[in-house]
Amino acid sequence: MNAPFRTAAGGRHDRGRPVSFSFDGKTYQGFAGDTLASALLANGVCLMGRSFKYHRPRGVIAAGSDEPNALVSVQRDAARYAPNLRATQVELYEGLSSESQNRWPSLAFDVGSVNNLASPFIPAGFYYKTFMWPRKAWDRFYEPNIRAAAGLGRSPTEADPDRYLNRYAHCEVLVVGGGPAGLAAALAAAQGGGRVILADEQTELGGSLLSATDATIDGKPSDDWLAETLASLAALPNVTLLKRATAFGYFAHNMIGVTERLTDHLAAPNAATPRERLWNIRAKQVVLAAGSIERPLVFPDNDRPGILLADAARTYLNRYGVKPGKRVVVATGHDGAYRAALDLHRAGVEIAAIADLRPNPTGPLVEAARAAGLPIRPACAITGTSGGLRVITARLSPIKGAGQVGPAQIVPCDAVLMSGGFTPSVHLFSQSRGKLRWDQDLLTYLPDQSAEQERSAGACRGRFGLAEALADGFAAGAAASGAEVSRTFAVEALEGDPRGVIGALPHDRGVNAKAFVDWQNDVTTKDLKLAVREGFQSIEHIKRYTTTGMATDQGKTSNLNALGVVADVLHKPIPEVGLTTFRMPYTPVTFGALAGLARGDLFDPVRATPIHDWAAEQGAVFEDVSLWKRARYFPRGSEDMEAAVRRECVSVRAGCGIFDASTLGKIEVVGPDAAEFMNRMYVNAWTKLGVGKCRYGVLCREDGFVTDDGVVGRIAKDRFHVTTTTGGAPRVLGMMEDYLQTEWPDLNVWLTSTTEQWAVIALQGPNARRILEGLVEGIDLSPEALPHMSLAEGRIRGVPTRLFRVSFSGELGFEINVAADHGRAVWEAVWAAGQPHGLTPYGTETMHVLRAEKGFIIVGQETDGTATPDDVGLTWAVGKAKPDFVGKRSLARPAMSEPDRKQLVGLYTDDGAVVLEEGAQIVATAGQTPPMRLIGHVTSSYYSAVLGRSIALAMVSGGRARLGESLYSPSPVGDIPVKVVPTVFYDPEGARVNG
Amino acid sequence: MLLITCPYCGPRPELEFSHGGEAHIARPEKPSELSIEDWTQYLYLRANPKGLHAERWRHLHGCARFFNALRDTTTDQFVATYKAGEPRPTGGAA
Amino acid sequence: MQKFSALELFRQGLSGQSGWRPQWRNPEPKAAYDAVIIGGGGHGLGAAYYLAKQHGLRNIAVLEKGWLGGGNTGRNTTIIRSNYLFDESAALYDHALKLWEGLSQDLNYNVMFSQRGVLMLAHTVHDVQVFKRHVHANRANGVDNEWLSAEEAKAFCPPLNIQPNMRYPVLGGALQRRGGTARHDAVAWGYARAADALGVDIIENCEVTAIRRNAAGAVEAVETTRGVIKTPKIGVSAAGHTSVVLGMAGVRLPLESYPLQALVSEPIKPVFPCVVMSNTIHAYISQSDKGELVIGAGTDVYTSYTQRGGLHINQHTLEAICELFPMFRRMRMLRNWGGIVDVTPDRSPIIAKTSVPGLYVNCGWGTGGFKATPGAAHTLAWTIAKDEPHPINAPFTIERFRDGFLIDEAAAAAVAH
Repeated sequence: MNAPFRTAAGGRHDRGRPVSFSFDGKTYQGFAGDTLASALLANGVCLMGRSFKYHRPRGVIAAGSDEPNALVSVQRDAARYAPNLRATQVELYEGLSSESQNRWPSLAFDVGSVNNLASPFIPAGFYYKTFMWPRKAWDRFYEPNIRAAAGLGRSPTEADPDRYLNRYAHCEVLVVGGGPAGLAAALAAAQGGGRVILADEQTELGGSLLSATDATIDGKPSDDWLAETLASLAALPNVTLLKRATAFGYFAHNMIGVTERLTDHLAAPNAATPRERLWNIRAKQVVLAAGSIERPLVFPDNDRPGILLADAARTYLNRYGVKPGKRVVVATGHDGAYRAALDLHRAGVEIAAIADLRPNPTGPLVEAARAAGLPIRPACAITGTSGGLRVITARLSPIKGAGQVGPAQIVPCDAVLMSGGFTPSVHLFSQSRGKLRWDQDLLTYLPDQSAEQERSAGACRGRFGLAEALADGFAAGAAASGAEVSRTFAVEALEGDPRGVIGALPHDRGVNAKAFVDWQNDVTTKDLKLAVREGFQSIEHIKRYTTTGMATDQGKTSNLNALGVVADVLHKPIPEVGLTTFRMPYTPVTFGALAGLARGDLFDPVRATPIHDWAAEQGAVFEDVSLWKRARYFPRGSEDMEAAVRRECVSVRAGCGIFDASTLGKIEVVGPDAAEFMNRMYVNAWTKLGVGKCRYGVLCREDGFVTDDGVVGRIAKDRFHVTTTTGGAPRVLGMMEDYLQTEWPDLNVWLTSTTEQWAVIALQGPNARRILEGLVEGIDLSPEALPHMSLAEGRIRGVPTRLFRVSFSGELGFEINVAADHGRAVWEAVWAAGQPHGLTPYGTETMHVLRAEKGFIIVGQETDGTATPDDVGLTWAVGKAKPDFVGKRSLARPAMSEPDRKQLVGLYTDDGAVVLEEGAQIVATAGQTPPMRLIGHVTSSYYSAVLGRSIALAMVSGGRARLGESLYSPSPVGDIPVKVVPTVFYDPEGARVNG
Repeated sequence: MLLITCPYCGPRPELEFSHGGEAHIARPEKPSELSIEDWTQYLYLRANPKGLHAERWRHLHGCARFFNALRDTTTDQFVATYKAGEPRPTGGAA
Repeated sequence: MQKFSALELFRQGLSGQSGWRPQWRNPEPKAAYDAVIIGGGGHGLGAAYYLAKQHGLRNIAVLEKGWLGGGNTGRNTTIIRSNYLFDESAALYDHALKLWEGLSQDLNYNVMFSQRGVLMLAHTVHDVQVFKRHVHANRANGVDNEWLSAEEAKAFCPPLNIQPNMRYPVLGGALQRRGGTARHDAVAWGYARAADALGVDIIENCEVTAIRRNAAGAVEAVETTRGVIKTPKIGVSAAGHTSVVLGMAGVRLPLESYPLQALVSEPIKPVFPCVVMSNTIHAYISQSDKGELVIGAGTDVYTSYTQRGGLHINQHTLEAICELFPMFRRMRMLRNWGGIVDVTPDRSPIIAKTSVPGLYVNCGWGTGGFKATPGAAHTLAWTIAKDEPHPINAPFTIERFRDGFLIDEAAAAAVAH
């Protein structure tokens, strides 16, 4: 196997399991346990991506989720394509297919890199200053080209077939981060006996221990200690260990969002296994042990492939057995780079130079490097590099006092390691709204005051050393769990000075040198300085103007350096420059994981009536009304909706129709004060409604506008059967409960939703009584015993029923309420009994036509939240003598009695064959051009088969005074003349309701 | 998602609750006798404080009862929850 | 004002872009101004610009407690449209839309107004009725809006799922082709730069702590963290903090402030050609010039000034996005943030005089403030300058709640039957 940069031994990957994979169409070999980045590096592939703006060639600089450059797309199959993944987090599996992004025609030769040549003319924010002339060119030329140049990977193009799950979990202690501090915290917390969850984003738990070689803990090599610790934690019943699980968001009241990746690392995932699982974890206490992120150095040409973070190089070497190069220059302002240099040196990598910014580096790591004979250059800055697709030289310059450098020396190399020190990961702490404080010694922000039940431990609060991280983590875990435990960890390791550098390095390369602060978004020190020059003082402005920190790594490697550069230019201390907000999520979270199972029928609950399956068997076409599926019409043969509805309408008026009204909301209002309660809620008067009688009720909001309606039956003196609109039931019950519980708790009333308890079968038409006669027991159906708007209890086919004599069609009508379980059986019995009488099933569309022919309103169609009872012709329903009801005071406001309010009227088109469109507008005079003077709109409009012409209901300004007037409805084909008529089109005398 | 302590049921996730707006706004006994200004105030004017806020919640998917809570709108931390009809706990300005 | 142009960019490029000057000054507040605007977002900065440009008031200041555009201006999903139902709303938003169409040139600042079209989806028969009413009303008012069938909607926005097996199938949509998006930060900066050039003092990090009134009750000064500033006229454009600011003058308004969240995906190559909104299943989405999918979520249910909300709100939004655009399921959320939106009972704004002489307010925009920025700013400036409303904002009074003349866009759209 040709992997020129692979070490002969060492690493945590499985050398016994070679894996082949492809990148940009070329096949390579790696090992199980590799990431795509480590395997490519092992194969000598350094070039992994192109930058966003200048399309500069880029290699990997990090080894984890902080990687800004090496973004790739991974395609498992046509429907499983994921863009913008970090190669440092993509785990190898056999057959993995990956490609680079944002380049054309190829990664090595990218035409887009012409932007790099134009870079002097396209500084930060250049697009705000140009592309404005000519005006039209923005839409047609500039913007399409900007867009084509922008973006990173491609979007997936097919629906993702994978499953995603959500789950909720509760625990006493949640530990975020599985490094030394997190593991120690979990060890301590577990002893408290409560539930402990530990979540870590990496493929293995261990954090920095996974890259350690020289440390011992409690006398054991750190590898052994890690293995034993993980085994002991895994054996505890109260501990849950989650790997590949990123805590990405810290929400109010200690709710933490964690996304766990379950199958992306598998060659052949089981289709039943979800790709990702989103955990919503509510923790009593949280221990943040999120570690730290190494800071790059900001120097000219710091972005060539082959330049990477020192500790990342150490990770590649120790964890993956990959050498970052063969001859390496180390540039640093921090001791940590010496650790990397020593490890590389031991692995046989030539260390060409260690350029240390500090004049007198000292300490155990530095001394060890000296002892190993590594060439240390104190007070030395890296001031440039060269190389095309990989770095070939480093330019090192001695530092001469404040910001000045001396003559440079060119050092050949094939890799540069850099380190400015480590930045604590305070992202989640900051998301929790904890207060940060600036630490001038460590040159970083650290957690100060917690806002939640939370404590930080280890490197994320500046305790960088292994010994102190373990101790700090254990103490935090103990405190979080309340466990009275203590433990010391005997650590042997070379510890460095935690202090580093931030901001730009001195150089002598002139104004056009590119020293990158934000790699992915191509933000240089020059851009930051330009922003300051242009008057942007707030770091939030500078971020937005230059886009620093806004790339897909959210500034993990760049934010502090950007602050350093800006503070320097502004001559302000960093705390006065401020800090940009840390925003959720910590790393990007898959949409699918957030959406979970909600797709198709699981997107929202489906409510179906007991009659639903019968209707479906009859070929009904359904419509969605709130959560309900309602049969809209029952086509026969090749009928379209129009034909079916005409037939259904005629059948109802000529014979009888059967309609499923089960979706209507039903509320049982019961108690000694039930009538009083109804009086206060509805506009109607209820005291005098006799037992066994029904009344049409209208409900207003407190602002006086109609919000619901429905027939109310009085079952007993203390019991009302209230019906509501289909969509309005929860709202009405909520409103009733609100008034009952909080305004009138003295009223002795109970409210119960019975919507799902009753199936409701509406039988409408002149033959309705004849059909029912043979079915009911104990109910006298005669007009005298059961007149219109009355009800009776009895049985139908042996099933107890509340039988209402009501009509929403204007025909003789009954509504049979039976227990939902019996709904379909009773329906079928009625259906069978109706066959000799021409019984026809009809749906909501016919229901709408029939009621419109009678001028009955539909709340939400004739009303729109701005209509009073009077506006829609319901003044007759309002109990005038009542001192109060919900909305009454508002109805006395001046606007409510304005004569030009929109009022419900009927409209006839002059040409009866023309059906107006619902929503069409009304004007008083023809021939207007926009803006027209609109005086109303059509709310309902149908062709009435029984009348042989179109009908419409409309809300028209001062409409009731306009009866007989000619108006117009503007349409794309011209003004349609209409005439204002009464709202009742059919059987205005109302004789048919009596059969 | 907030963690809300229902005074009847204990701490529950926000998804079980519906929000009921500002607390301690009693519907006038005799609305018809109210001036239009007073009625407008009852209908629409809300304190909307930046700080401690007395608000109503209903444990809709639990005991279904309304209750009141005192919450700091600058942090979303609850100071107290209490039963409807009980006075607002002392502390904080309206 | 240093002119922005391609030529100037080129010229500056020859000298390392070193000749650019601050886009606006950073002045110390004066002791007195002829008018003070509280709130340095697009609305407030725009009001100052129009006051200076169209009404000749040059001795004015904008006071911002943080950084310009740091409130809702920089936190919204940048959707611009004017296809509102009621005549009053359509007039106001279309006034804004017309100003948007020339804003880059007017300000000499590219605000990247992109008329990509805004498509509002209908999922139920009721939606169809409501949107067709919008289309008819808009067209009669001279506001472009057209009805598309589901197939036409799919042709306009290819990623859209119109399969009938969706929980709420797409039945069609209302398309406003003149609608689109703009670059939100640029709006604040562009107005700031142009206002500054006309002499307006833009003062950041200046929080108003009190409003002083004279014996007659009229405003006479504001107290700030940077001293007392005398002024006879105060315009408040403080969005979610309006209640707090007006409370300083003893004015109470029918407002409540809610958290509203939004999010973006990682950037991808162009794939989404327009803006799509679905009120029924609660989602709106577009793609920015940078390539990010910009997605709006709903408000949380409780009032809050924390500028954050619950994860479940985002989850609900992404459920809807994934249902409408199943190919985006593997995309990833890059960044989420929250703003504070001030909401009135009828979900329409207030741009009006208050009961306090000299105190004017522009608030209550709820989730829709960005699109109205130039129109709101322009009419607020008019109202301040003339002490009476422009005909377009005349209906948007405080008194409408007392008198019952509501402009209830939300109720008109949201009632199910």
